[in-house]
Amino acid sequence: MAPSNSKQEAPFRLFVIAALLLLGTGMFWGVTGGLQYLIPGFLKSYLPFQKIRPLHVSSVVFWIIFNSTGAVFTYLQQHTGKKIYSQLLIKIQLIIFSLSVITILISYCAGIFGGREYWEFHPILALPIVAGWILFLINFIKSAGSFRNQPVYVWMWFTGILFFLFTFLESYLWIFPYFRNNVVNDMTVQWKSYGSMVGSWNMLIYGSSIFLMDKISNSKNYSHSSMAFLLYFIGLFNLMFNWGHHIYTLPTHNYIKHISYAISMTELFILGRIIFNWRASVSAAKKNFHKTAYRFLVAADAWIFLTLLLAIIISVPGINLYTHGTHITVAHTMGATIGINSFLLLAIAFDILNDTCLSFEPYKKLFNRGYWLANISLFVFWISLIGAGVVKAKWQLSTSQIPFSSMMLQLRPFFIVFFISAVVMMTGFLCIIYPLLKNNVLCYFKFKTTGKIQTHYYSPAA
Amino acid sequence: MFTEKRKNIIAALLIVAFLSYSFFLYFSLPVKNKSVSKETSKGKLVWQQYNCNACHQVYGLGGYLGPDLTNTYSLRGPAYIKAFLQNGTATMPNFNLNGKEVNALLAYLRDIAASGKGDPRTFTINNNGTIQQ
Repeated sequence: MAPSNSKQEAPFRLFVIAALLLLGTGMFWGVTGGLQYLIPGFLKSYLPFQKIRPLHVSSVVFWIIFNSTGAVFTYLQQHTGKKIYSQLLIKIQLIIFSLSVITILISYCAGIFGGREYWEFHPILALPIVAGWILFLINFIKSAGSFRNQPVYVWMWFTGILFFLFTFLESYLWIFPYFRNNVVNDMTVQWKSYGSMVGSWNMLIYGSSIFLMDKISNSKNYSHSSMAFLLYFIGLFNLMFNWGHHIYTLPTHNYIKHISYAISMTELFILGRIIFNWRASVSAAKKNFHKTAYRFLVAADAWIFLTLLLAIIISVPGINLYTHGTHITVAHTMGATIGINSFLLLAIAFDILNDTCLSFEPYKKLFNRGYWLANISLFVFWISLIGAGVVKAKWQLSTSQIPFSSMMLQLRPFFIVFFISAVVMMTGFLCIIYPLLKNNVLCYFKFKTTGKIQTHYYSPAA
Repeated sequence: MFTEKRKNIIAALLIVAFLSYSFFLYFSLPVKNKSVSKETSKGKLVWQQYNCNACHQVYGLGGYLGPDLTNTYSLRGPAYIKAFLQNGTATMPNFNLNGKEVNALLAYLRDIAASGKGDPRTFTINNNGTIQQ
């Protein structure tokens, strides 16, 4: 492997630093949105919920995209031992993405929306994202070389990059009246694209996590193993065909629902494997828990189990009927985005950014507090969402339904717990990312003035 | 178990299956495109312009701050919806919509209500876990 800190990696680090800033921004908007649940009408005249929600969602999605991009470039260079094909393309991609994100966030404040459910912005702003992603694809293909005898993570990165491009373009088919003029057609294609898009960025994150595990364990046995490829193909199969579990109640083709139901159940194999390997995972966790990056992998492991269990349960149409449209779906999304994706991305961020000219040692106590605060509060946050979801599910199926606003009042205790845990969680995450950002920014300016990169390894293989 | 050749074959088969499934769906959408009034079409764009999905759901998909609007038009009627659109609520801002925008949104909500039923109480659960209306 090439040295982990070199001048060539500077632009990759900028992707990760920008990602951490977006994580902070996303949490701020998330907490503000939570407050609007508690205080109806809060900021209604300036930043109503229809602005806050996309500000939160886009910040968080770009946290995932920026960090994954930085991770793929860094790890691909370390994997091949050769420089990435074009530093210029990386810099252009970084500039395009950064300007796009700023414009997108400003557009929401100005009341300009794409108006789609989940991740949305004006279609014009999708063009630079596509252009930047094509540069990413070119750089990846030129740098990775042949696919022969490549470990599983190279396959996963390529899959993630390719499918993100396909599904992102697919999510804009609505601009053609043929797709958007009927609500059922529109929602079917929309959830086909979004369901698979989430799978595509998961491929980038999980691929990078497998690389990191190899790096920590100093062995490439797993990433070349048949089990790794079997799990990859199950993941790819689900990415392609399980998206229909989002739209069981939509009057769309029945075959879409049946295919999704059957394919979603293949995830039981992954769940079974986690349970089967439980003891080995716990023993490895105990051995490596002192390593900062590894700690996040351990946390993500626990969340993979909880989220996957919930995902499989709510993928059964008969159960989904009760949970669909309730906060149980939000609990699943939050478990996956924070518990799995964000913890894995933080593991990667610590691996990429920790070797700076300044020591991390003075911040270890702060980090430990932040780590436990984030984990415990996330669990409380998750439980409060499930609780709210159960109450709403009972309301949805009740024969004598009280008005929607009265049902929302019944959810208030859950929203209070949800808000408090969100504030604590944000504090925990800030304790984790603040020292990392501070050291990197200070050392970046030091590097700019002295022209020398200095490193300070505070923890072996951290 | 997975030789290089097998990996390539499996990946190729999956990609062909995915592309076939995608394009088959694009060319055989669930609802054959019947003519849609200009007002309904405009209503869809007004819905997106004001980002109504951020708070409201259609078929259980969307935000959680406001109610699901799939069948509101057929259950409550246009006057009820119009009152909300023109005045807002404690949570929902008054968007100061003009008359054309209000009518377009009403046409769109009428179209959604006619597309099917979103109420989970109208479904039955089969023994194999599937559901039907």
